[in-house]
Amino acid sequence: MSLRIVVCVKYVPDATGDRRFADDLTTDRDSVDGLLSELDEYAVEQALRISEDAEEAEVTVVTVGPEDATDALRKALSMGADKAVHVEDDDLHGTDVVGTSLVLAKAIEHAGYDLVVCGMASTDGGMGVLPALLAERLGVPQVTLLSELSVADGKVTGRRDGDAATERLQAELPAVISVTDQSGEARYPSFKGIMAAKKKPVETLDLEDLGIEAEEVGLAGAWTAVESAAERPARTKGEIVTDEGDGGKRLAAFLAERKFI
Amino acid sequence: MAEVLVYTDHLDGAVRKPTLELLTLARRLGDPVAVVLGAGAETAAPVLAEHGAVRVLTADAPEFADYLVVPKVDALEAAYRAVSPAAVLVPSSGEAKEIAARLAVRIGSGLITDAVDVTAGESGPVATQSVFAAAFTTTSRVAKGTPVITVKPNSAAVEPAPAAGTVEPLDVTFGPLATGTRVVSRSPRESTGRPELTEAAIVVSGGRGLNGAENFALIEALADTLGAAVGASRAAVDADWYPHSHQVGQTGKTVSPQLYIAVGISGAIQHRAGMQTSKTIVAVNKDAEAPIFELADYGVVGDLFDVVPALTDEVKARKG
Ligand SMILES: Cc1cc2nc3c(=O)[nH]c(=O)nc-3n(C[C@H](O)[C@H](O)[C@H](O)COP(=O)(O)OP(=O)(O)OC[C@H]3O[C@@H](n4cnc5c(N)ncnc54)[C@H](O)[C@@H]3O)c2cc1C
Ligand SMILES: Nc1ncnc2c1ncn2[C@@H]1O[C@H](COP(=O)(O)O)[C@@H](O)[C@H]1O
Repeated sequence: MSLRIVVCVKYVPDATGDRRFADDLTTDRDSVDGLLSELDEYAVEQALRISEDAEEAEVTVVTVGPEDATDALRKALSMGADKAVHVEDDDLHGTDVVGTSLVLAKAIEHAGYDLVVCGMASTDGGMGVLPALLAERLGVPQVTLLSELSVADGKVTGRRDGDAATERLQAELPAVISVTDQSGEARYPSFKGIMAAKKKPVETLDLEDLGIEAEEVGLAGAWTAVESAAERPARTKGEIVTDEGDGGKRLAAFLAERKFI
Repeated sequence: MAEVLVYTDHLDGAVRKPTLELLTLARRLGDPVAVVLGAGAETAAPVLAEHGAVRVLTADAPEFADYLVVPKVDALEAAYRAVSPAAVLVPSSGEAKEIAARLAVRIGSGLITDAVDVTAGESGPVATQSVFAAAFTTTSRVAKGTPVITVKPNSAAVEPAPAAGTVEPLDVTFGPLATGTRVVSRSPRESTGRPELTEAAIVVSGGRGLNGAENFALIEALADTLGAAVGASRAAVDADWYPHSHQVGQTGKTVSPQLYIAVGISGAIQHRAGMQTSKTIVAVNKDAEAPIFELADYGVVGDLFDVVPALTDEVKARKG
């Protein structure tokens, strides 16, 4: 039987741009160009490697996001994913992680899955908890933050480099996993891949299709509320000196003046 | 007074510093009740009591060590039901953050992760977060249910505040998902003898400019004269010059020490995300245009192979 792999990819504002908040204190998606979260490229890469090793497999990429988020799906399709699901609805504006996990879980169930692959964190919100929430909602094991993994005999096995220890983990499929940026460089889409992606199916769903009420998501339905957002005062550039043989000594004098030594 | 649940991060009973910081924050919101899971509760309890825990709820079972995340969610949920707290505070470590998230969904409560401060507000706790690579500071509140908040290391001072710390066993029933993720093997990280990266008052980090694993000895020597932790940029980690557990930045650790010394690091946005909130930043780089100098309180434009050994010698000399 075919192994059904679903990859969750997020469309995020470019981290190298000048990211800001909109007036309603949600992430301003207009001031900065969006792209497929770089950390989700690692998830797509691992999904493709698993599918290449499997006898038969199908890779579906799923995103919850605005209209432009199709860019993220196209990028994943051009890397080699087979098809895509895009959940888009005006009522989703301002949804928090709890709401996003609800929508994604429904979309993943709709697509059908044996293995869900996520990135380690989104590069904008960066909470890194969505994979755990998906596992909770789907009622399947979570094997998260893997820097190395394999899928065989209906099980996923991997290595997690934790704060205090390195662990080898294992769970039976179906399962939700997340992979780190140590898991292996993501491939670049080939010209052929980019051309092929244009013809691959992208299914668009709204909240109604997934049986979700508008009140359960969006800014108003969020279980958390941002009350203020202030730009951090730019650090004032300090004294920069050029080493003329005395750089180390001068630096030590600065540290002494600041009472570090 | 309302009780506040505090999840204890510990290693066989040795309580990690971030949990003691949580107790300081919890005392602003109510009476801290600590939850200690796994072996070592008898060692942990007196330390928790010294820092303000009025009660210490403990549970031990093989599931906590043999399976990841879910057994601890089951236990924390049991503690939540037993206590009916005003808030749940959890350290922002890898596993604990996931435990907090799953608890929040289970109990129908909003979740805030990676707070750098928590204060008592008129309608519940207010959490401060540092977002977009620390370019913005936000304050947030949980709008539904009992606030579940995870807090980063170094967010508050550890304060002694002796309390009863009565040890009480916690009754835990594991659900069917508890044994879903098996820990096949575990190799604890070897201690370097240096301070923990996220807890250290001073961090010395090396980047691609080090030009080889062997040259990290220069960073370690400087770190040791200052009693500092050692960090690394992703470029240095990807080149296998230093272990990933020392990476500072977006996909590594966030540090917020009194003093951060960046050596041979350009200062890419993803690196800045992990160190931008350091109190004092110092940089050594041979490129005067390196973006790290925009953040530095003091910078030396020069070759690190000259500047760093000279600095180490001078620090040693001054320390006598
Ligand atoms: C999704 C994503 C996540 C990332 N996460 C992280 C992260 O967590 N942490 C992180 O650090 N990076 C991260 N990066 C990578 C980041 O973008 C940079 O590539 C990286 O930080 C560069 O490391 P570096 O400063 O050591 O190397 P470089 O940018 O190559 O800088 C080396 C510096 O050393 C200086 N130098 C060279 N020789 C000497 C000498 N002899 N004396 C003095 N100075 C010298 C050079 O002038 C230069 O400024 C991430 C990137 C992405 C896309
Ligand atoms: N809106 C979204 N659509 C699809 N996947 C998402 C979305 N948000 C988060 N994810 C997935 O969840 C991972 C962790 O996200 P986060 O918890 O937001 O840091 C990401 O790397 C993605 O794989």
